[in-house]
Amino acid sequence: MAGIRKTARRATLYGRLSAFVVFSAFPFYWMVIATFKRDHDLYAPANNPFVFNEPPTLDHLRTLLFDTHFLTYLGNTFRVGLAVSAITLLLAVPAAYSLARWAKRWGEALGIGIFLTYLVPSTILFLPLSRFTAGWGLQNSLWSLILVYPTFTVPFCTWLLMGFFKAIPRDIEEQAMVDGLSRLGALVRVVLPLSISGLLTVVVFSFTLSMHEFIYALTFISDSAAKTVSIGVPTELVRGDVFQWGPLMAGALIASIPVAVVYTFFLDRFVSGFTMGAVK
Amino acid sequence: MARVEVRGLSKRFGGFQALDEVGLTAREGEFLVLLGPSGCGKTTLLRLIAGIEEPSRGEVLIDGRVVNDVPPRLRNVAMVFQSYALYPHMTVRENIGFPLKMHHIPKAAAAGKVEEAAGMFGIGGLLDRRPRELSGGERQRVALARAVVRNPSVFLLDEPLSNLDAKLRVSAREELRRFQRRIGVTTIYVTHDQVEAMGLGDRIVVMNRGSIRQVGEPREIYERPADTFVAGFIGSPPMNLVEQGDRLVGFRPERFLPAALTPKADAVAWSFDVTWVEDLGAERLVYGTLGGKASEGRVVSRIPASVPIAIEAGRAYPFSVDRVDLRWFDRATGLRTEGGAP
Repeated sequence: MAGIRKTARRATLYGRLSAFVVFSAFPFYWMVIATFKRDHDLYAPANNPFVFNEPPTLDHLRTLLFDTHFLTYLGNTFRVGLAVSAITLLLAVPAAYSLARWAKRWGEALGIGIFLTYLVPSTILFLPLSRFTAGWGLQNSLWSLILVYPTFTVPFCTWLLMGFFKAIPRDIEEQAMVDGLSRLGALVRVVLPLSISGLLTVVVFSFTLSMHEFIYALTFISDSAAKTVSIGVPTELVRGDVFQWGPLMAGALIASIPVAVVYTFFLDRFVSGFTMGAVK
Repeated sequence: MARVEVRGLSKRFGGFQALDEVGLTAREGEFLVLLGPSGCGKTTLLRLIAGIEEPSRGEVLIDGRVVNDVPPRLRNVAMVFQSYALYPHMTVRENIGFPLKMHHIPKAAAAGKVEEAAGMFGIGGLLDRRPRELSGGERQRVALARAVVRNPSVFLLDEPLSNLDAKLRVSAREELRRFQRRIGVTTIYVTHDQVEAMGLGDRIVVMNRGSIRQVGEPREIYERPADTFVAGFIGSPPMNLVEQGDRLVGFRPERFLPAALTPKADAVAWSFDVTWVEDLGAERLVYGTLGGKASEGRVVSRIPASVPIAIEAGRAYPFSVDRVDLRWFDRATGLRTEGGAP
């Protein structure tokens, strides 16, 4: 009896899990199948859309890689992502450390205040920010994105890192200072190694955010050579009302694979990053 | 070895006066214990000496040199925190070697010193473990080994035994004392546990509310407390204090005994109305009030098990204290005064 109940419980569990896996993996499946389907297979209404009805092809991939600027977009995206991650770390680490350690009563309020600025939608901010980029002559330059993205990564990451720094006992830092380090040395040699999951969370967050950001990229960049994947793919592969589904899906697939890999490997740390920030 | 001195040291945290004009000297090689209830300023004093906090006023001197502006890393002090503050991301070996690395000691020499320090505390076999894999006692040893490894001139210990269980605490206390005698480094030790203070200290500094109430050898503090705070804080149960006119008379529970046990000539006798008797095995604690001409006050007597006299609650017995064991305190100031008749 108990055995049957156990089996039933397992069946329910795995049933639910499978449903969830199908739900979350379906977009990937769709991207893969559309990437490798021949146009005729893709557009013929009589075909079963979920399987290959004709032999697969590499044509769409070839179009994407050699007939568009996709590789340039990919390179731009990585450049922006890395620069934004670096700027975010450089600004958020000292800010979060000061707020967590020195601002005392005000620290929490300031931290939340900073976090709130993250909630202002970019659909409002892109107007003043486009004046800013125009004023600095940064239109069509990756620098416009590199300088603007930190405006929303830094506040959020500062708040996130505050939770990490607060979780590190002061004693350990003071011990390091007695043992021969300056305050800055203790931060670098002891506090940062202990907050490694927080730092990774910051990098992953900043990187993916700059990767999928759309509005600013669309507003500030119109030159093909400076586009990122998130606007390059839709602007170049959607011509009027013609959607080049094959290359579109190929582009989406290639751009999402690294993100999926990173999340898979760092998921635990990422989650602990968010929950830690949540409970201080 | 070094002499540590503080002069007129004050520390305010916002509106809270943590330390108020404290002056104190720890002699070379001395084991000095700072004792007091929580919030009395003892840990703040230790942190000011370490340089982790900056004083609001006053000076800290190590070997006669004012070190107020010297950062903690250059004071050549070693500190053991109550939490041990081991670096969780490093092995025991790296933990102990950390201060050496930070002071740029060559690797080969450092490795030898680490082995030596670990051997001193019997943790040579744990060098490749991480702190989370150690028991409380082992962590404490790692913290101590890390403190001694670079031959500091002063040890600052903040309740290092309070996280150990009672049994381990006794053996750790003995080890700590022996170890300090052997290397002879000036040690300042913070505790709220009077037994630890009495057992460890060459001298004890009793603190309360940010100031020093008494400095002296354990026996002196116990026998001749400077005021009613010290009298009531040291000893378990603490000194009995009974109002007598404008003064308080104090006597230790173990000196307050059935009249038959004290010599008649120099004894002060009371009738003791017993309300409660606690038999603790090695001794009996007898609670009650004093009758006769003394005003009412609860007192306790501590009678060793070797005394066979029967005592029951609800009855009165003749008790007395040898006159030399009476201490007198001013009722208004709480300070001890000399002599006087009951």
